[in-house]
Amino acid sequence: MEGHDEMSAITPSKPYKTHLLRPGNTNCAGCGMSIGLQWLDEALGDEKPVMVIPSCCGIVTAGAFPTSGYGAPTAATTFASSPAVATGISAISRMNDIDNPVICWAGDGGTYDIGLATLSAAAERNEDIIYICYDNEIYGNTGGQRSGATPTGSVTSTTPHGKEERKKDIMGIMAAHRISYAATLSIGHRKDFLRKVRFARQAKGFRFLLMLSPCPTGWKSEPDQSTELIELAVRSGLFPLYEIFDGVRYRINFQPDNTPVSTYLEQQKRFRQLWGDPGRLQAFIDSQWRHLDGMATVFPANIQDAPG
Amino acid sequence: MSRTLATGDHVAGHALAMAGEANRDARGCCAGAYPITPQTEIIEYLSAYDFTKGRIVLVESEHSAMAVCMGAALAGGRSFTASSSNGMAYMTENIFSAGYYRLPTVMIAVNRTLGPPWNIWVDQGDSLMMRDAAWLQFYCDTHQDLFDTIMMSFRVAEDPRVMLPVIVAMDGFVTSHTQMVVDFPTQEQVDAYLPACVVPHHLKHDHPTTMGGMTFPNETELHRFEIQQSMENVITVLEEARDEFENVFERRPAGVMECYETDDAETILIACNTMAKTLKNVVRERREKGEKVGMIRTKLFRPFPRKELLQAIGQSSKVGVLDRNHSPGSGGIFWQEVATTLQGGPDVLLQDYLVGLGGGDVTPENINAIIDDLQRRETASEPQWKDTTK
Ligand SMILES: Cc1ncc(C[n+]2csc(CCOP(=O)(O)OP(=O)(O)O)c2C)c(N)n1
Ligand code: SF4
Repeated sequence: MEGHDEMSAITPSKPYKTHLLRPGNTNCAGCGMSIGLQWLDEALGDEKPVMVIPSCCGIVTAGAFPTSGYGAPTAATTFASSPAVATGISAISRMNDIDNPVICWAGDGGTYDIGLATLSAAAERNEDIIYICYDNEIYGNTGGQRSGATPTGSVTSTTPHGKEERKKDIMGIMAAHRISYAATLSIGHRKDFLRKVRFARQAKGFRFLLMLSPCPTGWKSEPDQSTELIELAVRSGLFPLYEIFDGVRYRINFQPDNTPVSTYLEQQKRFRQLWGDPGRLQAFIDSQWRHLDGMATVFPANIQDAPG
Repeated sequence: MSRTLATGDHVAGHALAMAGEANRDARGCCAGAYPITPQTEIIEYLSAYDFTKGRIVLVESEHSAMAVCMGAALAGGRSFTASSSNGMAYMTENIFSAGYYRLPTVMIAVNRTLGPPWNIWVDQGDSLMMRDAAWLQFYCDTHQDLFDTIMMSFRVAEDPRVMLPVIVAMDGFVTSHTQMVVDFPTQEQVDAYLPACVVPHHLKHDHPTTMGGMTFPNETELHRFEIQQSMENVITVLEEARDEFENVFERRPAGVMECYETDDAETILIACNTMAKTLKNVVRERREKGEKVGMIRTKLFRPFPRKELLQAIGQSSKVGVLDRNHSPGSGGIFWQEVATTLQGGPDVLLQDYLVGLGGGDVTPENINAIIDDLQRRETASEPQWKDTTK
């Protein structure tokens, strides 16, 4: 048939030497995406993904045409559409026996807010997609406005007196879809990060990974403190590291060690309203852990869930 | 070839399915689908179709339906969908995306009034709203015209000289839910007519790029300019697609437009879709009475065939446009296009008539009244509203 020669040149998964995140990308210094993308690359090894990225800082990372900050084929989609575009890519790839992972890389705006219906539908259809939300808890691209992921008390350009509402429980939302795997990722816990990405890679169907992603520009923090900040978020219990299997079995990967959350808050000017009194944010942490501990006790993960 | 009685929606569903199936030895096909009256039967038909290498993804919105089509095309597959009215409005952002990405998706637009107030009947305002979205647009009158145009659309859209998506429009209910006799070809004929779909800029692992990333004004201008140049290739590619259509299917569908009794006409009426069928009958009757009237059925709307239209209008002194759509604060959209076409050209009295908005039946009496009005006129006026209920 006409066109076949050209088609055989479209390689399935031929390994090539380039990193997923290339030099010359436009991330700010200390951006959580920089570590996240490098570890994602490391976890996948020689296998290159297809990246599907909606409007957000993550697509600005690519830089300007015709260069690309990504060393993998990348589709820049409209803000709400990454899981639906990824569905089409995954559908055609799989029917042609091309197995490379199709990865959505989206900010919290594209995940918690405008893209939530699209995300929910792709999860409900159990598409063969790994969805990674790098959660910087604001709309970074447009200059740091509040999102459904912004924590209580945080000052953003549209919540000058601190956000009143709670952060949405996106992990709970995704678990309610009974997807095969959902997990949180920390750029302060490398082994845990790599293991989870590798587990997600071999799991089937729709997989969801949530990475708390420092944004020195919006968090008003020091770029060289980014990994330390995430470690503090984990140790204080603000950002729990855990996994949910099939939406019902829970495993907590790291127990908080009584580090006061104030050590995390006081290095970020976005939390200046809470300096000296973490108040409602501490209440949020406590209720989050009551729920999580309960789930992990009553519905624990079993031994097959995460081979080391 | 089989002769069948089928509804417009069934015809469109069958045409899309055969086109998708024809890509089975290549990268297969994939469509995003979401229901809306009066298009729903198309996606129901597709969902029940047993593709050798294809998938219909039942999404949660039209916005995602087009996103799935884009993903499929970005992975090198053949893609298509269907929508109407508010569905198309909801899809808008991704309709523009598909155009600017230059992905050769084919979308059936079953024309329906935009709401609120809610109205499910025909009005071309929904697809015409997409005129600036870098999509080709065809408007069809009969069920056969619809089938044939869908087939040609895949050829034209996927031709490297064009590489742009296509809307094929039909009238809601009047076409979508009535039956007409249609000749369906065999799958082998469709296989012979449609080459394997090749999207040259699909995502490649050996040449990783970012599709749709940032551009600066100079590249953006070039991108738009190239789209314009591709639009200018459409008529040549379409004529080739018609020739090849005739070779394979042994009939010749209308191409850019259909002219009837225009050669020596003093008065010409322009319309699209099924309105043009009624108009044709009225013109025939008036010709029999010796009146020098003619009609042009506009079929290709994007790119707008200015040269061909000027030629068809020829020496006629009066042109009336029947617009089943309304751009508030301006008038009919076809009229705007014809006015631009006549700009600086022959001295023609051009009058717009807004008819059948919201699906009002446009009867031979309505059209006769319009022709009477046009023949009496000495000057053109603002677009005329014709109360078609009378
Ligand atoms: C439909 C639509 N609305 C608004 C925008 C403007 N916009 C672009 S990126 C963005 C925020 C992105 O925030 P997030 O997803 O959290 O990612 P981040 O930029 O923080 O990495 C907004 C509002 C857009 N591109 N598309
Ligand atoms: S604004 Fe924040 S999220 Fe965006 S690139 Fe800079 S540090 Fe990263």
